[in-house]
Amino acid sequence: MFLSLFTTSSSSLYSVATFIAFLGPLAGITLGFDAISNERSQGTLNRLAAQPIYRDSIINAKFLSGAAAIFLIMGVTGFYSSGLGILISGFRPTLEKGLRVLIFFLFAGVCISVWLAAAIIFSVLCRHAATAALACISIWLFLSMFMGQVASGIAGWIYPLDGMEGLFNQVSNYELQLSINRISPYYLFSEAASTILNPGVRSIGVVTMSQYEGAMASSLSLGQSLLLIWPHLVAMIAVAMAGFAISYISFMRQEIRA
Amino acid sequence: MKNNGIIQIRELTKRYDSVLAVDNLTLTIRQGEIFGLLGPNGAGKTTTTLMLLGLTEPTSGSAFIDGHNCTKDPIEVKKSVGYLPDSVGFYPGLTGRENLIFTGMLNGLEREQCSERASQLLDRVGMSYAADRKAGGYSRGMKQRLGIADVLMKDPKIIIMDEPTLGIDPEGMRELTSLIRELSVKDGRTILISSHQLYQVQQICDRVGIFVQGRLIACGRIEELGRQLESEGRFELTLLASPGGKALTALLESLSGVKAVEEQEDGSFRIEARRDIRGELTALLAEHRHSILELHQKGGDLDEIYRRYFEKAGEKNEISGSEKKHSFIKGLWKGKRKAQ
Repeated sequence: MFLSLFTTSSSSLYSVATFIAFLGPLAGITLGFDAISNERSQGTLNRLAAQPIYRDSIINAKFLSGAAAIFLIMGVTGFYSSGLGILISGFRPTLEKGLRVLIFFLFAGVCISVWLAAAIIFSVLCRHAATAALACISIWLFLSMFMGQVASGIAGWIYPLDGMEGLFNQVSNYELQLSINRISPYYLFSEAASTILNPGVRSIGVVTMSQYEGAMASSLSLGQSLLLIWPHLVAMIAVAMAGFAISYISFMRQEIRA
Repeated sequence: MKNNGIIQIRELTKRYDSVLAVDNLTLTIRQGEIFGLLGPNGAGKTTTTLMLLGLTEPTSGSAFIDGHNCTKDPIEVKKSVGYLPDSVGFYPGLTGRENLIFTGMLNGLEREQCSERASQLLDRVGMSYAADRKAGGYSRGMKQRLGIADVLMKDPKIIIMDEPTLGIDPEGMRELTSLIRELSVKDGRTILISSHQLYQVQQICDRVGIFVQGRLIACGRIEELGRQLESEGRFELTLLASPGGKALTALLESLSGVKAVEEQEDGSFRIEARRDIRGELTALLAEHRHSILELHQKGGDLDEIYRRYFEKAGEKNEISGSEKKHSFIKGLWKGKRKAQ
């Protein structure tokens, strides 16, 4: 019951989970888009690099401070909204439900760090902070708004759904669409969020009638839910790390000039 | 002399794709001297200073500062070298004092020590009055002063300044030069200044190196450079005599050893000669009843030396086929003249 505090939406207001999925990336981009380019345009980068510190500590600090800020924001949001929810509604969460909420916000933090890493890449590569911000935002818009259309388009093209053939193609069509959609961190996050916040979600792939037959309508334990989204979490962390690695390498190879 | 050569650069070369930014630079800078690295924009001065700090990797060659390899051991180098970049910037959201304290802490100083030293240095550069204002509102000159204080936060043995005189008013200039002198004489620091502004550099430098297209084409004391040119048979005189005009031009050209005579707008003559002809000239003019109003020999002036070396470098370039640079240098010189 406690979990529905985060997933319920009214006709005019989105749920907390949707809000985070939408606005979280923007927070990540805000924290990262001018990380390096701003230092450069202020003329503080070469002054900083002339101090007896290793060059990578600059970019490490940029990423770590951004990530710390993100987790702090997520932590505060999580505790604040839970606390307020408990006060107003009077529901007392069980340990398992509390853990689910905690994991959800941790996961949101990782997801936003992906966007932070992306923003830092652009801040290293682009000369102007505005270019970096626009590039990030356009990628974010594409991945969260248009990825679904692109995915169904490609899936429909490879596995057409018309006619007799369409009946056979249905499963492969859906699976392809799903895997293309999962490229988008937004989709990954939504999928993982609904799994972790809703114990009733039993599977995130295709389930055939025969598999479903005989299944009892019970909710999953926390361990089982975690198992379902484990790949999501690993993928997110991997993408964030890869993004950071790209910005790290390109920063280390760059000239420090005003 | 054991301290000979606190900065040692050997055959340092940096190549960007097809452009040779620094070409086989070999240079030794002694402890406690002020060395001026002169050259036009794009001569490779900044690249050289960046390589000295380990911020850019040389294509080949090596540089040592105080016994540490600048490429392999930049942390040790940066502990003893203060660097003032050409357009120094500060965090606009912090005050001048906080910016200095931040630098001090990056150098591993304690916080109390930092704020104490910051106050002293702000006093020394005359910035105490604005120390607690946000650095975002500082003017160019204020930033430059704060930059010097910032460099001194780590108490460096060596200071590298990139175009320190850019955008400073004459009064600020005077203060800056005396401050730089003081840093060298009183504190015994070694200072490397890279600049394209000659007069300031002439006032403060012990030695200069002239840097064109990545090559060091001359290096030494200013007087030495002047003499070096004279011994190469380049004399230049300015003469103002009456009556002037065509007759005088012809007379001057008849003198042996004169290479070229040029009448200038103000009626004076610029004479280029292969040797010192002043004695013969005065006798000749007296004989033909021209009275000398002004006669002086150019040389010894850094401006002149600079120009001559640029001409020399330009000539070489013309042979190697890069006319563009030559005309650029000429243009630079003309621009300078007009500005005077």
